Amino acid sequence: MTLRFSTLAFLLATATGLTAAPAFAQDAPAPPVAEQPTNEADDGGLTGSVSDENEWQNIGIAITTFATDRDVPTQTNAGSTAQLGQAISQVIASDLKNNGLFKPTGPDGLPQPTLPEVQTPSYATWSGRGADMLVQGYVKASADGQLTVGCYLYDISLTRQLVKAGWQFAATDWRRAAHKCSDLVYSRLSGESPFFDSKIAYIAETGPKGRRMKRLAIMDSDGANHRYLTSGQSMALTPRYSPDYSKILYLSYLNGQPSIYSYDLATDRQTLIARTGNPTLAPRWSPDGKWVLYSMAKGGTTDIYRISSAGGGTPQQLTNGPGINIGGSYSPDGSQIVFESDRSGSQQVYVMNADGSNQKRISFFGGRAATPEWSPRGDQIAFTHIAGDLRVAVMTPSGGGMRHLTNSWQDEAPTWSPNGRIVQFFRTAKGSGQASIWQVDLTGRNERRLPTPVGASDPAWGPVRP
Amino acid sequence: MSDIAHPAPVKLGIKMGTMLLLSGALAISGCKSKPPKELPPEPGAATSTDNGQYGNGVATPGSQADFVQIMQGADTIYFDTDRSDIDSADQAALAKQAQWLARYPNKRATVEGHADERGTREYNIALGERRASAARNYLVSLGVDASRLSTLSYGKERPVALGSDEQAWAQNRRAVTVTID
Repeated sequence: MTLRFSTLAFLLATATGLTAAPAFAQDAPAPPVAEQPTNEADDGGLTGSVSDENEWQNIGIAITTFATDRDVPTQTNAGSTAQLGQAISQVIASDLKNNGLFKPTGPDGLPQPTLPEVQTPSYATWSGRGADMLVQGYVKASADGQLTVGCYLYDISLTRQLVKAGWQFAATDWRRAAHKCSDLVYSRLSGESPFFDSKIAYIAETGPKGRRMKRLAIMDSDGANHRYLTSGQSMALTPRYSPDYSKILYLSYLNGQPSIYSYDLATDRQTLIARTGNPTLAPRWSPDGKWVLYSMAKGGTTDIYRISSAGGGTPQQLTNGPGINIGGSYSPDGSQIVFESDRSGSQQVYVMNADGSNQKRISFFGGRAATPEWSPRGDQIAFTHIAGDLRVAVMTPSGGGMRHLTNSWQDEAPTWSPNGRIVQFFRTAKGSGQASIWQVDLTGRNERRLPTPVGASDPAWGPVRP
Repeated sequence: MSDIAHPAPVKLGIKMGTMLLLSGALAISGCKSKPPKELPPEPGAATSTDNGQYGNGVATPGSQADFVQIMQGADTIYFDTDRSDIDSADQAALAKQAQWLARYPNKRATVEGHADERGTREYNIALGERRASAARNYLVSLGVDASRLSTLSYGKERPVALGSDEQAWAQNRRAVTVTID
């Protein structure tokens, strides 16, 4: 399959209509329209495969320090606009690394363009450096503390601009501008949807194995902007970001009664999602954020319920035993739910309609299958395969095509990147029980650990931010 | 959807009748998965509840410390992998607990269910709850008023044995009765 230029056209359209106020300098040249939506022919530039099975060519991408019109202080930890220009380039290089698609270089060791050169690259200089692509940009600070960041992608051998976009952010959100630029480059070159400008809720773990403290925490998709949300006095587990990032559902052992709370990120207030008199666990959002699934344990059996996320209303029981029925992950269109049940005698994966009807098992490949999560693309279900070791695996929604993405002692609880190309999970070390968050792409080849300040588990990846 | 109860609680009733016949076999098969009984009882460090002073003089009769002292390890029962059956060793321990609870009829207790680390987090919480419920149901069958007993599952989050081997896992697949002072 060649790269999908129809996706690109869509992206170009959306990139210029971003709510984050596209803001090109007035003197920017008219954007050269590189591709038309109908142009699916091989233009001699980018060809490659985006299927899971074939290895990507590593595309060499040079990323220069973003230029600025005036080197002025900013209200960020990154320093002045000139320092910010370098920091943004570093974040982009770091984003684009480790996906198995790109071979980024810079900004260190590369020529630093002046502001005019950002939009008129000297292709001859770059063609001698072995890079296929060039990413340049600028940072400008306005008096009100806002930053304007422009991002340009050039094809060096074709000597032309492929895509450009600009955004305005509060200075403190400068990393988001870098992630937006990474998303622009990633999407343009891969034909896939963006995912870098997104956040992750997880559980931060500290202390000895027998009494480990578990706190609710959040971070950006690259591990930056880390923040603890709970003190650790009550054990926190299994968070899930709401689709609009306004709330986090999670399990808290507050007052010794394990229950699902909704943490409001604007007010830092927490509310019980359901008063049941029984332990509730395994919270999940529907894709539109209108529904919440929770599981309730009662007298040795556990069942899945659905309740309005707005509060109120009678919970609707979706499963009715036997055994432990738990979790649940909606298909992207909200019509079906994949969940876990041991009604057959061991943990297996089942699919049902969103109203609980038509429950059927889909996992039939030996071992146990747990924690299913439906891909945002709809085509795959990630889960934990337990056969001796715990490994992250994927299968189709009908249970076919099972394959392992990881091979370690204990990997569990996959969560999808917003574009359905990468799976995060947590890995527990044998003996010490130390937990860490990792991610792997769908080929299973590109695996890496996410930097977290302390031990980390239960990652929950939210959608791309608008 | 079938609305039959889960196999484990059902089997409880059956097993009580057949236990005399099967107890020998169960005791043998059970041995493999049981932690060595000659180990001193755990002082309860892994539970969330403070077990009070222990081993320092005579505990106040009817206190949690007294319960722990008298139980000599029988405050905890153990389970096979992924199971919540109450076997003969568990029955003996729970009978001892029920005796103590009968002696102090005003005491309430929480049965804390746990799982070993070799399972997924959420399922293990549900599994711990199933184990705690199995222990609680058995205590109720022995005459302990159900209103005196609550359950609480920690899943795999509170191991008492910290290794990553079969012996540690066997010790962590447990239900611990903790009386409330």
